[in-house]
Amino acid sequence: MSTRLATGGRFIDRSQPRAFSFNGKRLRGYAGDTLASALLANDQMLVGRSFKYHRPRGVVAAGAEEPNGLVNLGKGQHFEPNQRVTTTELFDGLEAESQNHWPSLEFDVGAVNARLSRFLPAGFYYKMFIHPRSFWKHIYEPFIRASAGLGKAPKSRDADTYEHFHAHVDVLVIGGGISGLAAALAAGRAGVRVLLIEQTAHWGGRAPVDDPQINGLGAEEWINSTLQALEEMPNVQIRTRMMGAGVYDHGSVLCYEQLTDHIGPKDGPRHRLWQVRADRVITATGAIERPLSFAGNDVPGVMLAAALRDFVVNFGVSVGDRTVVVTNNDDAYRTAIVLKTAGLDVPCIVDARPAPTGELVAEARALGIRVEAGKGIAKVKGGKRVTAVALCAQAGEGAVLEEIPCDAVAMSGGWSPVVHLWSHCGGKLTWDEAGAMFRPDPDRPPTGADGEGFVLAAGTANGFLATSEALADAYAAGQIAAGIKKGKGPSALAPAEEPMAPVWMMPQGAAISLREKMWLDYQNDVKVSDVQLAAREGYESVEHTKRYTTLGMATDQGKLSNINGLAILSDSLGRPIPSVGTTTFRPPYTPISMGAIAGAARDGLFQPIRKTPMHGWHEANGAEFEPVGQWRRPYAFRRNGESTEAAVHREVKNTRDAVGLLDASTLGKLIVKGPDAGKFLDMLYTNMMSTLPVGKCRYGLMCSENGFLSDDGVVARIDEDTWLCHTTTGGADRIHAWMEDWLQCEWWNWKVYVANVTEQYAQVAVVGPKARMLLEKLGGGMDLSKEALPFMQWADGRIGDFDARVYRISFSGELSYEVAVPAGQGLAFWEALLAAGEEFGVMPYGTEALHIMRAEKGFIMIGDETDGTIIPQDLGLSWAISKKKDDYLGKRAHQRPHMTDPNRWKLVGLETTDGSVIPDGAYAVSEGVNDNGQRNTQGRVTSTYMSPTLGRGIAMGLILNGPDRMGELVEFPKIDGTSVTAKIVSPVFYDPEGEKQNG
Amino acid sequence: MAEAMQKTSPMAVVTALGPRGMITLRGDLAASKLKAVCKALTGADIPAAGHATVVKETGLAWMSPDELLIMLPHAEVPAAIAKIDAALKGSHYLAVDVSDARAVFRVCGSGAREVMGKLCPVDLHPDQFAPGQFRRTRMGQIAAAFWMRDAATFEVVCFRSVADYAFDLLTVSAKAGPVGYY
Repeated sequence: MSTRLATGGRFIDRSQPRAFSFNGKRLRGYAGDTLASALLANDQMLVGRSFKYHRPRGVVAAGAEEPNGLVNLGKGQHFEPNQRVTTTELFDGLEAESQNHWPSLEFDVGAVNARLSRFLPAGFYYKMFIHPRSFWKHIYEPFIRASAGLGKAPKSRDADTYEHFHAHVDVLVIGGGISGLAAALAAGRAGVRVLLIEQTAHWGGRAPVDDPQINGLGAEEWINSTLQALEEMPNVQIRTRMMGAGVYDHGSVLCYEQLTDHIGPKDGPRHRLWQVRADRVITATGAIERPLSFAGNDVPGVMLAAALRDFVVNFGVSVGDRTVVVTNNDDAYRTAIVLKTAGLDVPCIVDARPAPTGELVAEARALGIRVEAGKGIAKVKGGKRVTAVALCAQAGEGAVLEEIPCDAVAMSGGWSPVVHLWSHCGGKLTWDEAGAMFRPDPDRPPTGADGEGFVLAAGTANGFLATSEALADAYAAGQIAAGIKKGKGPSALAPAEEPMAPVWMMPQGAAISLREKMWLDYQNDVKVSDVQLAAREGYESVEHTKRYTTLGMATDQGKLSNINGLAILSDSLGRPIPSVGTTTFRPPYTPISMGAIAGAARDGLFQPIRKTPMHGWHEANGAEFEPVGQWRRPYAFRRNGESTEAAVHREVKNTRDAVGLLDASTLGKLIVKGPDAGKFLDMLYTNMMSTLPVGKCRYGLMCSENGFLSDDGVVARIDEDTWLCHTTTGGADRIHAWMEDWLQCEWWNWKVYVANVTEQYAQVAVVGPKARMLLEKLGGGMDLSKEALPFMQWADGRIGDFDARVYRISFSGELSYEVAVPAGQGLAFWEALLAAGEEFGVMPYGTEALHIMRAEKGFIMIGDETDGTIIPQDLGLSWAISKKKDDYLGKRAHQRPHMTDPNRWKLVGLETTDGSVIPDGAYAVSEGVNDNGQRNTQGRVTSTYMSPTLGRGIAMGLILNGPDRMGELVEFPKIDGTSVTAKIVSPVFYDPEGEKQNG
Repeated sequence: MAEAMQKTSPMAVVTALGPRGMITLRGDLAASKLKAVCKALTGADIPAAGHATVVKETGLAWMSPDELLIMLPHAEVPAAIAKIDAALKGSHYLAVDVSDARAVFRVCGSGAREVMGKLCPVDLHPDQFAPGQFRRTRMGQIAAAFWMRDAATFEVVCFRSVADYAFDLLTVSAKAGPVGYY
């Protein structure tokens, strides 16, 4: 059984007990424990069930690579699934629940899958569920979803807050082990700006456990003195509980800082996501020990050898009284030595190598530990716990030589450098035969803007597993990153190690019955036999095998399984490991919270909402808003409990009969000025703007270079070389950028300046037969008469107490003045209009009334009548295309055969025969069916409304040869199976002579 | 505008300032007439790229190789534009009043650098950004620009329509507490 030892544990403080619960059971640990060490101290070996077969699972690692120990953490608004027990620091009141079991962890119904595992091999789901097709959606998927999955999705809103931070440094060192410390020391001494980060709460990594001598000091002593030196350097910053999550182009690195996870729910941000810009990035991310593939290597109590001694040294926790060590290298002997020294029993070290003789081997033998060379584990006995191991010859097929009772197994298949961050941005790897590992290839780093490598792997992460080599490499990396010459770094003394021997399967000739029990991926339940099956079925690419078997696709992203899995694949394919290659390393290194990604962008700050100067008034007066670009515009102003539809109809009628106000501030306003401005606008608009007289307005169309209608609006000539171009609300920024693009990239020598003054003005459309009376009542001295300010002209002056620019333009067909005042006076102007207009029955109106009135008048709307495939000629707007100009953007495109095709659908009005409203988006059908058996079509509706003015449904649509078919009937099927019939008419339903707007 | 115009936290005080006179001036920044009129209006020389010469409410900020932002008291804008028009008559330039298109905020306090560092991808190390410098950048999800009024005070300008967002964002970042980096 696992238990707390009487002494030891460099991280824990035995004077500070911590109470926590696991599956409702009250347990105790100490300050400094991880959840994993605290569970083990309470003999909680079983921590979860596997994903597919619901096999019992225990803690296998001691750090970020842990695949099994995932729990639901916290409650309610602090609930979070899939939290790793090995990286979760213990605090008072922590509540954890195991995952993926039903009804309980100890007794799990789903474990029946384990007995069916012979029938659930790789690709089972693909093979089984593909036929019949309809079964997937209705039977298979719901069943699989119910039984699969790890943690539960949170049901409550997250009560915590999160934030971002940006930092710029010369050198970012990721990893605070001795290599990272040495690299930071070297760079710091060179005087450059350094940020050193460590994902755990402790500095020094695993060095204090194995305790090499550094510069004549004990490891911990050297670490502390180095930290002190770093803290004294003003150019160096160091931070713990901060992980390098991802490395991106241009030295951009995402780092994930956990601020309160170690103390539980608390005020202030829980996580901080850093975007660090670094000239050079040093990845001193260490190495991860590999499991060995023997039968039953997933039974709780089987653990990585280094993890097992970490628990003893760091937390004073023993995983078992009797531990068998199984290895292919010298390093695992350290575990045996640590256990023996702690007074625990090590019945045997099983070494796959035929004749190990290294210093550590000799030390273990001297302690009286039995070493079985050339042997392997045939199988592990036990279900929820290890009870014994059966030994066999490594070279054989698994005939059992001996059974050794034990309650823990420490395994080591060698070490893999953590190359993830090196690889994220394109750093390449090379296969190291001696270490049987992929290590960074220093000749193929990820390169930055200067063509040089911007990531340097350092120390163990660079493949230097021996302490002395790691320190020398890391110190040199720090100097190179800082741009100085290499000097001498710290020196280290540690026992010499003999070469390891690659062991990818134990025993090497294992029968299928054993291979079916050799786990590669603990979390996703992928075994040696699954990868071999995939190879037999023709999966040659490691990327395909990964997806077929799900190897390495769990939340741990294959930190333990990748190399073992691809070694099996390489063996099955008879190809060397380097030619099979690795799967792609993608950020983040370990999962980061969604909250950290969002940062402050939640609730009211989820996205910026653009507000006009009158927005607050709209909110206070019943406005129902709709999004238009990033703006919120009033859709309608509801009064006295009326429906939205009733409000819209009231607003239309009131505007047609009396006077309405529209907040038109969102419309884009671009000032275009310069000696070449007229020439420029003639190129941008399809019509002629250079000839527009000062004081007049002209409606204009803009096309893309492919001829499609892009934006429209009224242009006003302000003075000899200045124009003001109105754009659509959503088009303001886009058209501004479009203009700058042409001016900066194509016509850079044209003398034109553009300024976006959209937000400088509040603009109010005063619309209706009483509009002039209302404005005249406000006074100010402007002559607003038909003679002085006719339709399509503008004038500057005073309206009441306001400096105003008044445009006689109309998007409704009514007498209309659009009045622009400085935005700071917008609300006051709006309120002045409402007060003065009371006697005329003034009412504000929203965007829906605007839409209806423009449709009654047959005016097109960008985004309704256009969708990126429509040219002006389709919309009866040929009159707005100048025939006099040599060129304009889109002119050549308009001459292409497809654009001049007489069969392009063209704009018409549609009047339903029964007065009803055609559904939005409806298609007009024609005879017959197409090749797909679908009904042929001859047109579609682009805008459709109930017209309060006409008392009937009206629509605009694009119809085949429409303008030539006036009076013909077309049929629009509805989704309820019936159809509505409409007559093709002119799109101008209201005041076709324009008497009202001209009046 | 947000309900309070000023919010205080230990890191910094965030204040929404009143309207500031602002003129967008585009033209040849090396032209002597342009330099002269800018000097006459603000007392400042044309700033170098990435810099601003702002004293209290008055000064010049470098926006792009052919654009300056002229800052001065709000009431002085019409007269200033008239002066520019008179001085630059006959040359190619553009001067427009953008005072009402903008919102201005002040972030003042020992944690002001970190408040800005949470929101803007800018190197705010005191050696890298100090009074006299000017930066157009992103603040959260909006465009913004800022400069330092003094060693502990940032002035931030953004578009008027997103003033509420900007104020709330600055306030939330100040309230969340220090990072301990600068």
